Amino acid sequence: MKHRYLPMTPQDEKAMLDTIGIKSIDELFADIPEKVRFKGEYNIKPAKSESSLTKELSQLAAKNADSNTYASFLGAGVYDHYKPIIVDHVISRSEFYTAYTPYQPEISQGELQAIFEFQTMISELTGMEIANSSMYDGGTSLAEAGMLAAGHTRRKKILVSRAVHPESRDVVRSYALGQSITVEEIPLKDGHTDLDALKEMIDDNTAAVMIQYPNFFGQVENLKEIEPIVHEAGALFTVSSNPLALGALTPPGTLGADITVGDAQPFGIPEAFGGPHCGYFAVTKALMRKVPGRLVGETTDEDGRRGFVLTLQAREQHIRRDKATSNICSNQALNALAASVAMTALGKEGTKEMAIQNITKTYYMKQQLKAAGFEIAFDGAHFNEIVVKTGAPVKQLNASLLQKGMIGGYDLGLSYEEFDRHVLIAVTEQRTKEEIDAFVQEMGATHA
Amino acid sequence: MHKDNQPLIFEMTKEGRVGYSLPELDVPEIDLADLLPEGLVRVEAADLPEVSELDIMRHYTALSKRNHGVDSGFYPLGSCTMKYNPKINESVARYSGFANIHPLQDESTVQGAMELMYDLQEHLKEITGMDEVTLQPAAGAHGEWTGLMMIRAFHEANGDTKRTKVIVPDSAHGTNPASATVAGFESVTVKSNEHGLVDLEDLKRVVGEDTAALMLTNPNTLGLYEEQILEMAAIIHEVGGKLYYDGANLNAVMSKARPGDMGFDVVHLNLHKTFTGPHGGGGPGSGPVGVNKDLLPFLPKPILVKKDDVFAFDYDRPQSIGRVKPFYGNFGINVRAYTYIRSMGPDGLKAVTEYAVLNANYMMRRLQEHFDLPYDRHCKHEFVLSGRRQKKLGVRTLDMAKRLLDFGYHPPTIYFPLNVEEGMMIEPTETESKETLDAFIDAMIQIAREVEENPEIVQNAPHTTVISRLDETKAARKPVLRYHKAE
Repeated sequence: MKHRYLPMTPQDEKAMLDTIGIKSIDELFADIPEKVRFKGEYNIKPAKSESSLTKELSQLAAKNADSNTYASFLGAGVYDHYKPIIVDHVISRSEFYTAYTPYQPEISQGELQAIFEFQTMISELTGMEIANSSMYDGGTSLAEAGMLAAGHTRRKKILVSRAVHPESRDVVRSYALGQSITVEEIPLKDGHTDLDALKEMIDDNTAAVMIQYPNFFGQVENLKEIEPIVHEAGALFTVSSNPLALGALTPPGTLGADITVGDAQPFGIPEAFGGPHCGYFAVTKALMRKVPGRLVGETTDEDGRRGFVLTLQAREQHIRRDKATSNICSNQALNALAASVAMTALGKEGTKEMAIQNITKTYYMKQQLKAAGFEIAFDGAHFNEIVVKTGAPVKQLNASLLQKGMIGGYDLGLSYEEFDRHVLIAVTEQRTKEEIDAFVQEMGATHA
Repeated sequence: MHKDNQPLIFEMTKEGRVGYSLPELDVPEIDLADLLPEGLVRVEAADLPEVSELDIMRHYTALSKRNHGVDSGFYPLGSCTMKYNPKINESVARYSGFANIHPLQDESTVQGAMELMYDLQEHLKEITGMDEVTLQPAAGAHGEWTGLMMIRAFHEANGDTKRTKVIVPDSAHGTNPASATVAGFESVTVKSNEHGLVDLEDLKRVVGEDTAALMLTNPNTLGLYEEQILEMAAIIHEVGGKLYYDGANLNAVMSKARPGDMGFDVVHLNLHKTFTGPHGGGGPGSGPVGVNKDLLPFLPKPILVKKDDVFAFDYDRPQSIGRVKPFYGNFGINVRAYTYIRSMGPDGLKAVTEYAVLNANYMMRRLQEHFDLPYDRHCKHEFVLSGRRQKKLGVRTLDMAKRLLDFGYHPPTIYFPLNVEEGMMIEPTETESKETLDAFIDAMIQIAREVEENPEIVQNAPHTTVISRLDETKAARKPVLRYHKAE
């Protein structure tokens, strides 16, 4: 058949069959038992031409409410941020996106160096000594941290704060089940991890304590107070962190974290209905040889030139097979590249400025809501999210916001029974004063 | 090519340069110290680069030139299915209605995205012959682990708690035994026979009441079709185990044999291989999992349902293994795979497999007199040569792989599968023309001749790349995993 991706011509086919010494392509499939041989063609939609397919799919895309058209106040782990336009131009270089994992370093120096730079940027932001080349996403990264901790400490219990993203906690539990690790949840107190409860729960079988910073409710957990509790019990202090927030907050590495994980989605990666994003995984030097996934290291070639290679591969599945402590094979290289470009464009000043803008605009939202008579559920320090009590059900509120061109916040009641009629609102640097004011006004109208 | 180092972006930094344009701050400024607890305001800024937009573009353009992708040249990396990545996929995935939607938006505002996911699932069900598909797993290995966790849940739901072992052929991908371990199983190896296929006698020896599953790639990593698949299925099912299909090699059998019809209970697919993901330099991928009826209750939640033409996520799945990933999988990659399937249609997908297999057999036949061919029979989408003959002359497969770089090719997968000495695993894919295959074959033949006549040129390869062979021992012994500013 003729297709723009298939260069085979009838003449080619004939010549190739002759070389092989057969009459038809069917002979190449004669070893498939008759009983299981699929006859005919799949019962799927017929092929469409390039232009009719793009037309159909652009209409399908147009059915969705996107954050370019609507002002989004929805966060909960995925955010509408400023994406420097240059990001998409770089990741569209097909030398990057059509390459495989850089197994042949001599013709993959570009990718390897880009990953090395990514590792450096994540180390800088988190204050950790080592960062890997990326993971699937923040949730699976946290789950892998749990497995690392259990393996390293030879302990079988993980304590995870209820202020950690509910979906990440779900993933931690799924992974733990495979490893027969117990997961217990540390209760909340005023929208923060309850430290008295943590002190009660932690024991000498605790492998890791998992804290999110800033937490799911946007509150800044006081890692300084948590760290000694964790280390006194000999557990690994595991922090899940929005890396953008670390432009303004003291990094977990400085505050004694053993493992810091998270998702680099805020740096140049589209929301994309939840994926692909870009998990990161950073550790202290002591845990270097326990890190899951790919690591790129610097070395030299035969002529003494600097070069980069995949390294410490003895940790990984393709070498250790059943002795491996993680089965991860791919990483999110292209999204790590996107994040690197965004972190480079923002740079030393811009990352800090963007983080502070998030705090500032969220603070403005908080003040405006308070002034309009709303109750902010939790006080204290916020990054770019706050929890607001609502009179009406959140679903109803969001429906009316949508009418006004806004995507409302996350209905906390969906994951926390006790927070019915509480909405988690995100305010990124993308939101203008005008949009925030309109949001507050509409909230008031629906509330009333 | 430039043989100079490309400086690190950090080495191009100059204090005071910026490459960004943030939105205006149109609300009153605040003092962080007033809002944050003491000690939590960052004192020392993260030392990120300070460069202009042009600096950034030049830097990454230079890096891209030091990288080989499918668009740069032939990439016959076995088991990785390095086919052409269609550009329409990239355009569609960037439509704002797909790229800029939030996973927690009200379902009524994302019906288009859910419709695409649903229709992709329907297409994958037909392609695999399975009863249901989840798009949640992020990659192949993630799909393997998801499938094994479902098998574990299935056995446990039957009160069958003694099934602790997963059988894996000696030719399997390394992720198979690793996924088994992570899912809490012990893996047991079954040997291959002299034909490169699973040894049925050995399989009978290792199965038992403790067998949870057999993980199998078909065709296997030698590119050979496991002809006795039905007998193997019967052996596993007879003892109460489940049959797991590693879909890494699906490009070899589309429209020819469906895993569901072959007797497989669980299947994972690598949408970034067969369905043109792209590979992205290592990811992101997407690893949907298909199951038959027995395993339906255990699928990760939520599952996508359609009622009266409205799509919804169903979380009410009491026997589900839970979530394996936040949200609904790598949607952006799934959009690309869907676009590809819709571009190909049923006749197109059939041709894909036929041409992929024809290309592989053609290359194998043209190369077999120059290298050792351990298993002389029709292959599927890939084949494995051995460099035994060349090794005797003092040239290793690694050397020949490096020599191929001088010809502008990405080498085959080498030293895999483990049951072939000095193995070279070659997968041409269907998107390469006969001219490309012939040119590569000529290069391979020339290298075989060089091994006999001038082995040094091969042993010292590559000669034309931006860098020569790198000291991997040094990299591992004294790891330098990040840049530090010179003191």
